[in-house]
Amino acid sequence: MLDPLALAVALPLLGALLVTMLPGWSRTLGMLTALATTGVALWLTVTVWSGEGLRSDLGGWGVPLGIGLRADGLAAALVAMANLVALAISINATGYFGAAESSRKFWPLWLLLWTALNGLFLAADLFNLYVMLELLGLSAAALGALTGTREAAEANLRYLLVGLLGSMTYLLGVALLYTAYGVLDLELVAEALTPGPVAWSALALMVGGLLLKSALFPLHFWLPPAHANAPAPVSAALSALVVKAAIYLVLRLWLDLFDGIVTLPAAMLLGLLGAGAVLWGSWRALRAERLKLLAAYSTVAQIGYLFLFLPLLTAAPDGDTRERLLTALVLLALTHGFAKAGFFLAAGLVQKSTGHDRIRELGGAAQSLPAATFTIGLAGVALIGLPPSGTFFAKWILVGQAIALGQWWWALVAMAGTLLAAAYVFRVLARAFNREPTPKCFLTDPRTEIPALLLAALSALGVGLAAQPIAVLLGAGV
Amino acid sequence: MNLDPYLPLAIVLSSALPGVLIFLLGEESHWRRTLLNMFGALLKIVLVGWMIWGVFHGHVYESRLTLMPGLELVLSADALSVLFVALSTVLWLVTTIYAIGYLEHSPNRSRFFGFFSLCVSATVGIALAGNLMTFVVFYEILTLATYPLVAHRGTPDADHGAKVYLAYTMSGGVLLFVGAVWLQTLVGQLAFTQGGLLGAAPEALHGQFIVIFFLLLAGLGVKAALVPLHGWLPQAMVAPAPVSALLHAVAVVKAGAFGIVRVVYDVYGVEFAHDLGLLTVLGVLAATTIIYGSIKALSQDGLKKRLAYSTVSQVSYIALGASVLGPIATIGGLVHLVHQGIMKITLFFCAGNYAETLGVHKVSEMNGVGQRMPWTTLAFTVGALGMIGIPPVAGFVTKWYLGLGAASAGAYWVIGVLLVSSLLNAAYFLPILYRAWFRPPPEHWPKEHVLSKRLETAPSLLWPPVVTALLAVVAGLLAAAPFSPLEWATLIAEREYGR
Repeated sequence: MLDPLALAVALPLLGALLVTMLPGWSRTLGMLTALATTGVALWLTVTVWSGEGLRSDLGGWGVPLGIGLRADGLAAALVAMANLVALAISINATGYFGAAESSRKFWPLWLLLWTALNGLFLAADLFNLYVMLELLGLSAAALGALTGTREAAEANLRYLLVGLLGSMTYLLGVALLYTAYGVLDLELVAEALTPGPVAWSALALMVGGLLLKSALFPLHFWLPPAHANAPAPVSAALSALVVKAAIYLVLRLWLDLFDGIVTLPAAMLLGLLGAGAVLWGSWRALRAERLKLLAAYSTVAQIGYLFLFLPLLTAAPDGDTRERLLTALVLLALTHGFAKAGFFLAAGLVQKSTGHDRIRELGGAAQSLPAATFTIGLAGVALIGLPPSGTFFAKWILVGQAIALGQWWWALVAMAGTLLAAAYVFRVLARAFNREPTPKCFLTDPRTEIPALLLAALSALGVGLAAQPIAVLLGAGV
Repeated sequence: MNLDPYLPLAIVLSSALPGVLIFLLGEESHWRRTLLNMFGALLKIVLVGWMIWGVFHGHVYESRLTLMPGLELVLSADALSVLFVALSTVLWLVTTIYAIGYLEHSPNRSRFFGFFSLCVSATVGIALAGNLMTFVVFYEILTLATYPLVAHRGTPDADHGAKVYLAYTMSGGVLLFVGAVWLQTLVGQLAFTQGGLLGAAPEALHGQFIVIFFLLLAGLGVKAALVPLHGWLPQAMVAPAPVSALLHAVAVVKAGAFGIVRVVYDVYGVEFAHDLGLLTVLGVLAATTIIYGSIKALSQDGLKKRLAYSTVSQVSYIALGASVLGPIATIGGLVHLVHQGIMKITLFFCAGNYAETLGVHKVSEMNGVGQRMPWTTLAFTVGALGMIGIPPVAGFVTKWYLGLGAASAGAYWVIGVLLVSSLLNAAYFLPILYRAWFRPPPEHWPKEHVLSKRLETAPSLLWPPVVTALLAVVAGLLAAAPFSPLEWATLIAEREYGR
């Protein structure tokens, strides 16, 4: 069964089983799985990009009974990003964990997380989405606690409980819809849905649960400790990918499922929360004392930007404007995925070499690790939104449409966030310049440094300039 | 195969790619780094020469990347961009040679030359930008590429200077961004068009155009060091001398001034900007800056600080030229883009030579430097006289055209500004020259290094200022020759005014 949809989910699951059975081989098997899965994901993306929307029903069981998978442009774009990032994280992890005991614990959970990610992006019905969401939350919380410290255990227990609360709320909404309409397939539900108390309550429950999982301000409280205390490769995955998955679901619901149900005031409320996230997250990042905590709060802020698009999307007339906004939104999400993963991996390198990640005492550490510093710099470019990163062009459209649609206040928020981001990124980079001796060479540990550097370079130089192919991809397979 | 669409891109990449490779080099590979630097600089000169020839013969060079409908990155060559590109390319070559000599034994050279190359690439991108968005893109990249150069020394002073620089330029960048996006929302893509493109817009938008002009001006004015946005420039003086030279003559300050010229002529259109009353505001700002910078320069004892305030003052001649309606003043402003660059880079090279060879950093320490370093001091003299506006050095041509243009436009107050500023220029430069040539040298220089057995200093430090000083004289003497900066500025003015 050479179906990229099924393989993208089945391969990492198979890998997870194998590394559990053969822990001695976990690194080799894990890397093989990572390479194969990424290959399949890119194959899938190219297929969608060339104009075919994908849909398959596992085991031949059709709607409404079977497990359906499907991929349109939005899903394919996120799958491509997530798998590339995951591959880089895997390579970095082989160096980061080395042959230690934690390496054996890492691989099964990591591949399970990967399965859940791909499954979530590709699932075609509301219940499967729930299953994947739950799997994602469980494996993420377990991975986050791998450091074994007290703080990590505490933060991740909270993360687990919050995640459960979020997915249960979501499930309640699904149950409501199922009782009313008797179908779970996304397309069928969307067709059947009519405005009314049922739809509104379902919308509120499902989106509310997902907002908790996507850490939208002020529901972000669980994120910074969980992301800051995990091992660096895991932090990278949590911040860059896991949170994105929940946001992806919100988008799916908002744009596809509840398209006719959502109202502008509701969107305004989410936009307002997004604005709060941008300002509060950036401010806390500026005040953070540790590099990884800074990165975690920066994630809170970047999530906020994504929600600024919702009121604009809801107010925009169908057609061109909407497409541009959606492209900008995806551009922002992809850029942030690459950038934040690169940032966290680099922070991990710094932490490994100095034994801590206190920003105040980073002086010289940055100079002895030129590659890591560059990674932080390039990722910083993307986080601030400087050109030619995708964030820059996304903000160009965000600000432009905010002015054009008469919601200019979002432009002010975006610009304030930009300045704050510049302040927190350069607070770190300024430490790179002091009178330490010159580094002998650029790379000190290629296996861990190169993946981080490539991710950051993609975020700063790649995604933005590839806006057109991404727009084509988003328009494909709808 | 037609290579024309790739030429502007190739010109940008001819310094960007060597820059990236230099980052990856080990600190010890001195020769490979030098080779890459020189290869990039020479290749760029060849490519730019090719482009000048083509533009003169009416070829169109345009590299275009579509991001989304209505969102395009465009690099193209018109007469104005060629002027700036040629300036930065030639001065980059000279500065690279100088920097290789200057940084001979200092740490972190790979990082330095990497960002140095990126800085020039960004400048060339600014020059070749074919629409406002592309301009903003490279303008921001320039901010980013210069930050590490300012912070390069790693001292607390450098850290502070770099932070101030960043705070100013980032805030300015945000204003420019909002202005550019807003304007694009109103009138669509903003391809730079000779004669401007807003004149035909409905009158209801004029109010917004005025607000947007101020946003753009604030963003550009930060880099162009218009008072009161100039605060970063004297602070950024902590950077090594080649960086100061590049910042003041080629890259940052010039990028701001060039942007103002672009916005006035090719976005708003000079006549439309005049009708909206925007030129008056620009003129007043420029005049204030000219006088203020000169007065501040008077009281600076640090040589580089004095030169920095001199830059604040001199760069605003370009904005002043743009603020007076009429082709002659336009020519004066445009040609100063080049003239100020050549003269100011000479002055900074010389200041660097005094510091490296004799340990002289202050004006008060400069007694008798002319006897110890005659060639350097000669070059310095040429630069200083040019700044004052004494013929035949290039600065005279600028002031002549500015004055003439002001008279023909009836803006006599501009002549007053020119006179006052020339007097002030003389008042802060002539005492330096007097000290250097006529006072006896001290018994011991603050910190003397013998860098060469036969010459007064290392050859790679000596030749660049001598060459640029010579260029400044030649640009003045041969101002009427074909392909001189003046002739080229005239060509641009003719096209802008549609004659």
